[in-house]
Amino acid sequence: MKSAPRAGKSIGSASTPLPAKARTPSFRGRRLGRYGFNAFCVAAFVFLVAPILVIVPLSFNAEPYFTFTEGMLRLDPDAWSLRWYEAILNDEAWSRALANSLLIGVASTVLATTLGTLAALGLASPSMPGRSLVTAVLISPMITPIIIVAVGVFFFYSGLGLGQTHAGLILAHAALGAPFVVITVTATLAGFDRTVLRAAASLGAGPMRRFFRIQLPLISPGVFSGGLFAFAASFDEVVVVLFLGGLEQRTIPRQMWAGIREQISPAILALAVFLIAFAVVVLLTVEWLRNRSGSAQRSVH
Amino acid sequence: MKRFLPGLQAAPRLGALALVLPLLAFVTLSFVVPLATLLGKSAYQPEVSQVFPQTISALAQWNGEGLPPEAAFAAIAEELAKALDERTLPRASGAINRVQSGMRGVLNRTARRLGRTNFAGTWRETLAGISSDWLKPRTWLAIRQAGAPFTLRHYLQALDLERKEDGGIGLRPEDSRVYTPLMWRTLLVSLGVTLLCLLIGYPIAYQVANSPPKRSRLLLLLVLVPFWTSLLVRTTAWIVLLQRQGVINGLLVGLGILPNDARLQMIYNMTGTFVAMTHVLLPFMVLPLYSVMRSIPSSHMPAAVSLGASPLKAFRRVYLPQTLPGIGAGSLLVFILAIGYYITPALVGGRTGELISSQIAYHVQTSLNWGLAAALSSILLVAVTVLYLIYSRVVGIERMRLG
Repeated sequence: MKSAPRAGKSIGSASTPLPAKARTPSFRGRRLGRYGFNAFCVAAFVFLVAPILVIVPLSFNAEPYFTFTEGMLRLDPDAWSLRWYEAILNDEAWSRALANSLLIGVASTVLATTLGTLAALGLASPSMPGRSLVTAVLISPMITPIIIVAVGVFFFYSGLGLGQTHAGLILAHAALGAPFVVITVTATLAGFDRTVLRAAASLGAGPMRRFFRIQLPLISPGVFSGGLFAFAASFDEVVVVLFLGGLEQRTIPRQMWAGIREQISPAILALAVFLIAFAVVVLLTVEWLRNRSGSAQRSVH
Repeated sequence: MKRFLPGLQAAPRLGALALVLPLLAFVTLSFVVPLATLLGKSAYQPEVSQVFPQTISALAQWNGEGLPPEAAFAAIAEELAKALDERTLPRASGAINRVQSGMRGVLNRTARRLGRTNFAGTWRETLAGISSDWLKPRTWLAIRQAGAPFTLRHYLQALDLERKEDGGIGLRPEDSRVYTPLMWRTLLVSLGVTLLCLLIGYPIAYQVANSPPKRSRLLLLLVLVPFWTSLLVRTTAWIVLLQRQGVINGLLVGLGILPNDARLQMIYNMTGTFVAMTHVLLPFMVLPLYSVMRSIPSSHMPAAVSLGASPLKAFRRVYLPQTLPGIGAGSLLVFILAIGYYITPALVGGRTGELISSQIAYHVQTSLNWGLAAALSSILLVAVTVLYLIYSRVVGIERMRLG
């Protein structure tokens, strides 16, 4: 952080001494500006990534501290250990939380992906009435502050007897995840060549067959990545769970929240490493799907 | 022929609607209606008028001077006993207590003692024997005020306004304002975080967009890893880095820059909120900027320089104006997300770094003043909706890209 403002200043100071009329400003000034800019960029990337990277080695700390011990810095094998990983894997609370997270995540994703894909297909149709208003409503759960969603859902669902139930959380998470599906599938459909469907129709394929055999396979990368977004959103959601869920519905993020609030132990760092690995896998999958969706649609042409 | 056209167009229209309708109905039921309920709670509070209906109607005829008629005393005695039996008393007495503190005790005590007290001729004397508060007009005024099913009281409180003696509405004295300072703080923090994200995110997006393809893909991954990493993990990372026994303090002490007893307090205050929120929201700034910058031909800047502009001038006059749509989209998105942020400030902000969202949570979970929580939520929701409408006008919702 500290180097950031200094680097920023050097861009300014490098440019000010330039004479206004000079057609060829001093190379020294330019080079300083260039170095300053590059240093600032490096600092920005470090700020972005370093906090996440720091967690990984610290999760192998043999001591219950959040800083590198002298032994760790000397690469003393005794200073490094897997004790926090054992603690996580042997703790029943965490495995229960994982089961809850998976149940709520998968169910809400299936719901969000099905409804979201259908809606995106409808929105993509040129004859859809009131498209921008409908889109605004469907996307709004993504933009509404999560605290307001949580409070509203808490009041309303509790009155319906859905408070402290898995069903309530699944419904709420599906509403939060659906916008991601709508957006990704809409983006995929924008590159979809509708003449393919007309060709299929001219060859005698009915609407169901056209959809399941032709359109769905072609847009499936968009559907999958939308589903991944929805799953990740549910898997990382804590505020709605905090308000609506009870002890029986504790998910991984809810358990982490409790861990951070009450007493932060390095076991949380071991869990964080698992979650970072999960994030990387999801990210690579989404990127792969994105490339595939591009090439699949190019190959049709 | 023309007459048949509308009929021909109706079929695909209905088909498109039929596809959208399931999600629209689902979002309406599971999201829009709960929000509407929440908004309703901010102005509609039926508890008192439901629990004490006869008392409220007896008080309606009272002019507010002196004491109410005997009928009101009789009604409240009967309805207090009934509320105690039906266990509806706590919510009603809580609502009255919010109009005037101390009323919860008076009501609960009276309800419990009524059964054991001998009738003293009139209900007025009987109640006065239990608590002298029943002979004070302000007790009855509080009940009458809390008994109105529709009220703007919560909004007045949320905006730090109060009813003055003369019946007008004015600001509370400065030292008892709670929520307006917090709203200002929320706005300023959101603005500050947005500017910081722009300052840090702009060069990042520039590097991603203007590097050779291979490096560009790698740099993009560096932006996307934090984007996909759990929010709680990222917040934990900042706790690990910033706390007194954390990595940064450890480094500074280890290098001899700081003495061991002068470790910096960088978390559980405003610094923690600022740093962690900027980090969490940064990808939302970088991604829209990047998608705009990618479409700017890389020949523009060298062209401007070859025509005699300094690099800075070329940037300011040629490159920067072309990225304005990205700056607008990213800044609006980050600001919208920041203004309602809860998790990060709640975990790393401490008392001095908390935002308006923390007060909403507090009034729902701890103080149980749901009307006030709903009013605060409504104000926040209006602010976000206005920003969202600007966003959809300026940027277009359909153009919102993910990752």
